[in-house]
Amino acid sequence: MGQGKYTTVSIPKSLYNRIKKLVEETGFKSVSDYVTYVLREVVAMHESERYEEPFTEKDLEEIKKRLRALGYI
Amino acid sequence: MVSKPHGGRLIIRVASENRRSAVLGAADEYPVISIGLREAYDVENIGYGVYSPLDGFMVYEDLENVLMNMRLSNDLPWTMPIVVSVDEDSMDFGVGDEVLLSYMDRPLAVMQVEDIYRLDRRLYAERVFGTTDPSHPGVYNVFREMGEYLVGGRIELLDTVDNPYARFYLRPMETRVLFRERGWKTIVGFQTRNAPHLGHEYVQKTALSFVDGIFINPVVGRKKRGDFKDEVILEAYSELVKHYYPKDSAVLSIVRYEMRYAGPREAIHHAIMRKNFGCTHFIVGRDHAGVGDFYGPYDAQEIFREFPDLGVTPVFFKEFFYCRRCGGIVHERICPHDESNRVRFSGTYVREAILEGRDIPDYIVRPEVARVLMSHPDPFVS
Repeated sequence: MGQGKYTTVSIPKSLYNRIKKLVEETGFKSVSDYVTYVLREVVAMHESERYEEPFTEKDLEEIKKRLRALGYI
Repeated sequence: MVSKPHGGRLIIRVASENRRSAVLGAADEYPVISIGLREAYDVENIGYGVYSPLDGFMVYEDLENVLMNMRLSNDLPWTMPIVVSVDEDSMDFGVGDEVLLSYMDRPLAVMQVEDIYRLDRRLYAERVFGTTDPSHPGVYNVFREMGEYLVGGRIELLDTVDNPYARFYLRPMETRVLFRERGWKTIVGFQTRNAPHLGHEYVQKTALSFVDGIFINPVVGRKKRGDFKDEVILEAYSELVKHYYPKDSAVLSIVRYEMRYAGPREAIHHAIMRKNFGCTHFIVGRDHAGVGDFYGPYDAQEIFREFPDLGVTPVFFKEFFYCRRCGGIVHERICPHDESNRVRFSGTYVREAILEGRDIPDYIVRPEVARVLMSHPDPFVS
């Protein structure tokens, strides 16, 4: 089993240098590790903005009926 | 706002009535994989979205990513393999076939076989449990109980294992509605497999101070010898919530799941499950999901640093204890007194007290909870 699949993206060299300096003072192993960490955080934040519950009004009434019967509401 | 499901979509893989009738009507024509209770619960959790975004058992690409990178092949955090195994001699099907997943001759799901691949037991154990020591129950399962091949593919739920605790059982769709009905925007999840002592209660209430509600979610499933029985845990928690929690501040509901005892990796998995129930926060205590001394006491907290995109906020706690000088339940960050003043909460102490018929002090277990534990004729798993 491999260690994962990677690709290359470009960032300004000046930014790379800033991150490299920053990384030296943190627990990150490399600029790539840092960039991956930050991007995952940002991407997850944007992804979480889009969501609709997968049930209809009818489902909702059924669910509430069961919750009432069990004493939860 | 109630947490979004992991991966952005709550998965529901329950067969329609027509589909269910058609499959069960022709059940004799399907190849069958016999599964154990662990996989039976996994089937149910996939079907109702507890494991969202999984819609079936893992194919090789996902398992490889989970083992090596603790992520699915689409990069989402995921730390525990969710797999079903077979032995070569019972494999009378191929990729593209539909098979029934049966527990004790009862078909629970139909699976579209997408992948069949060999199980690398050593790699699996090393990556998931951090050891190949067979005294670890998860490792034992990998080497002694799992078949040689893993079968991956989407499932459709047909049926579930009998549930003696149905009145305590809520699916993610239901908890998500319930939390909204209660007006909760922030919910902290608490995983447990034990009867509550005051250490648990203080952890829960400290977390509850900062959120709208707590979701107390005991794990019901096969347990170790000497553990409290499920019905005892539920009865004890019912008493605790009834007498010691503000009205409508706590929801007690079970999850049917078999512990793997994978420590840090499993802590992430527990957090993901509670995120799918709608929790925004998740409590991680000392030696979460650990067994013996295979993991450091706070390894399960450290691992959360690796997942900035988990989408559920971990709430870390050290150990609470009773301090005679403070005269109350405290923890090391707020208590300056030495060990001689401290009484540690210990499941073993509670167990021994019950077995010997000794009273349990009310600064360790609430009297109402103690009554439940003491009055049960046989409270432990044998």
